[in-house]
Amino acid sequence: MAKTERTAEPAAPLAAGAPLLEVTDLQVEFRMREGVARAINGVSFTLEAGQTLAILGESGSGKSVTAQAIMGILDTPPGYVTGGRVLYRGADLLKMPERQRRLIRGSQIAMIFQDALSALNPVFPVGWQIAEMFRVHRGLGRTEALERAVQLMERVRIPAARERVKSYPHQFSGGMRQRIMIAMAIALDPVVLIADEPTTALDVTVQAQIMQLLQDLQDERQMGLILITHDLGVVADVAQRIAVMYAGRLVEEADVIDLYGRPCHPYTRGLLDSIPRLDQKGQTLSAIGGLPPNLLHIPAGCPFNPRCRWAQPLCRTGAPPALAEVGVNRRSACHFWPEVAAAAPAAGLASPAQSETAGSDPAVLQTLGAASADALGPDGAQDRLAASDSALAGEQGATAVAPQGPVAAGGPALAGPTPDGGSADESEGR
Amino acid sequence: MTKYIVRRLLQMIPVIIGATFILFVLVFALPGEPWQGRCGERPCPPAYVDAFKKEYNLDKPLLIQYGIYLGRLLRGDLGTNFYNNRVIDELAVRYPTTVTLALIAIAFAIVIGITAGLVAGINRGSFLDTLVTVSTLVVISVPVFVIGGLAQWSILKLKLTDIIPVTATQGTIGQLILPGLVLGSLSVAYVARLTRTNLVENLRADYVRTARAKGLSKSRVIGLHTLRNSLIPVITFIGYEIGSLMGGAIVTERIFNINGIGGFIFRSIEQRDGVSVVGAVTVLVLVYLVVNLIVDVLYGVLDPRISHD
Ligand SMILES: Nc1ncnc2c1ncn2[C@@H]1O[C@H](COP(=O)(O)OP(=O)(O)O)[C@@H](O)[C@H]1O
Ligand code: SF4
Ligand SMILES: [Mg+2]
Repeated sequence: MAKTERTAEPAAPLAAGAPLLEVTDLQVEFRMREGVARAINGVSFTLEAGQTLAILGESGSGKSVTAQAIMGILDTPPGYVTGGRVLYRGADLLKMPERQRRLIRGSQIAMIFQDALSALNPVFPVGWQIAEMFRVHRGLGRTEALERAVQLMERVRIPAARERVKSYPHQFSGGMRQRIMIAMAIALDPVVLIADEPTTALDVTVQAQIMQLLQDLQDERQMGLILITHDLGVVADVAQRIAVMYAGRLVEEADVIDLYGRPCHPYTRGLLDSIPRLDQKGQTLSAIGGLPPNLLHIPAGCPFNPRCRWAQPLCRTGAPPALAEVGVNRRSACHFWPEVAAAAPAAGLASPAQSETAGSDPAVLQTLGAASADALGPDGAQDRLAASDSALAGEQGATAVAPQGPVAAGGPALAGPTPDGGSADESEGR
Repeated sequence: MTKYIVRRLLQMIPVIIGATFILFVLVFALPGEPWQGRCGERPCPPAYVDAFKKEYNLDKPLLIQYGIYLGRLLRGDLGTNFYNNRVIDELAVRYPTTVTLALIAIAFAIVIGITAGLVAGINRGSFLDTLVTVSTLVVISVPVFVIGGLAQWSILKLKLTDIIPVTATQGTIGQLILPGLVLGSLSVAYVARLTRTNLVENLRADYVRTARAKGLSKSRVIGLHTLRNSLIPVITFIGYEIGSLMGGAIVTERIFNINGIGGFIFRSIEQRDGVSVVGAVTVLVLVYLVVNLIVDVLYGVLDPRISHD
């Protein structure tokens, strides 16, 4: 059991010029008694070194399954990859023998999970769990591996790391546990890091600290980061690319700035519109009504058509619209994307403070501007992104009160101090 | 931890007092008199009855009797029964047999039960899984005397009595193998099912997915990460089983003619031998409490989430 598997340090590119990670037409299904749930239906994207790709979508849209398929940790049965390729530096992971794939898993492509309390093993000390990476993959001895674990815990700013290395997961606060999870994931200097809703289980202040930590680590190590989230606010801050997922498909993919400024798919538009805004308190804007489809019976035509206000008869028949180029480096899977893109967004970019599920005090929510349609050039979008940065900072203290009514985009007054990551959290201690 | 143990030990005192009192009352309430059948065919003469009552304090009120008994018990004296044998000696003769029998039963539960549960859990939905699930259900639903009788009958039919004796009058280990298996069959079944359920449940846990994401081998993911968690409840269950099996096994002892604690208590009840009954059961209660304490302490060691502070 203590057999060690040594891996070479991150392999040299197998194919020169190949992207870090290239997912093509990935298909995953869950074969269950009730039928076959088609969880992933042809997902394609590329990730480059140092890049952050956000995958956004409602719960159940297939984000986690995509990540698990890339990692090769699907629950099989019932889950099976039925098609597609996952090229890591040009080599298809899906075709690799399990042994070979296992050497890459964890050491070159690592993953962080949503709920660190359940994702860490409750009966082993945290230091042991981090050290296990060095022992299994690098063949280090117990003492040396534990020493490396302490260093990592210090790197992710866990206070008194040396004393706490023998503590168990339940003895840490949520934020600290997520730091431990991160330490474990980056232990072997992975080139690709997949973070599956790394902050969803945490409260808002801690969320920002964890995101900051992830970003610092990414800058430091030039990792390709896949950030899975259903929180648009988080995305705006850290990602360059964004892929919106619906019913196991990508429905839109673009640079973050382009996507926020001019969504080209009704679903993206709905997501942006449903961010709560103070200036129109009480009004639910065009938040998407209805539920995502049952994956056992995905509707014919465009899977989004039952919920889409742009839907036409064309949308209800035939194959789903393909993810097609709709501009420079951006794609959308909608028959009527030009109409969607042309329609003025209902409002400007709202604060990222609240996700659909975060459920924090609405008073904290701020609006950074109810921009009119003509403010929506690329520049306008840029401004609003900057503004959303400050919103995230401002929300830390939960004191910045948004004025009722529109504020000019980019209003600097809302900027607040960003606490040094990992300080507010420390007090939670044991 | 020490504080916890001390507290638990102190808690045992009222339990022992309560248990002995209830026993005392129950034995007192049994129909029939202890001197019955001591004077041949005739009823005993009043003089004999009076002397008998006096000797064993039966002439005093129940509470006084109980007080006297408790006083002796605190000095470690289990009393002398109506046949003038010290209860402690009667127990000392039989306890080794009962303990051996219990340990053999537990050994089967551990070896067969856990193995079967693991095989079933790892290969969930396979033929082996179904086999384990169904056979354990059969064992659980069939009474022990049927299993015991069947076991004896099979051994006799197969003419294996030289290798596997079907009676255990001397109570040697060899003789106790078959009775141990019969006695342990229920524990084997429960342990197998418990192991399977826990393994299946834990294999779905998030931390198992994390372990796989770390690039660990399947054997390490299951054999170390999952097993450690899955076996905690199983070990606890086995601990409690030891506690109750130490109380002897009336049916199994009967079937295999074993001179153990279970049979002793059974006979003492038949003979209205209150001192023996209360003495023996008090020891059983004590053993049970101590084993439970050990199990609870062990549980805290195995599962770091349990704190005994
Ligand atoms: N272990 C599983 N067993 C069966 N179905 C699953 C399993 N995991 C995921 N699915 C299916 O895949 C769909 C997408 O799940 P998931 O990727 O976890 O969504 P999310 O986008 O919220 O991460 C779910 O709605 C479910 O139908
Ligand atoms: S294809 Fe039709 S139904 Fe689908 S998103 Fe576009 S407009 Fe809506
Ligand atoms: Mg998910």
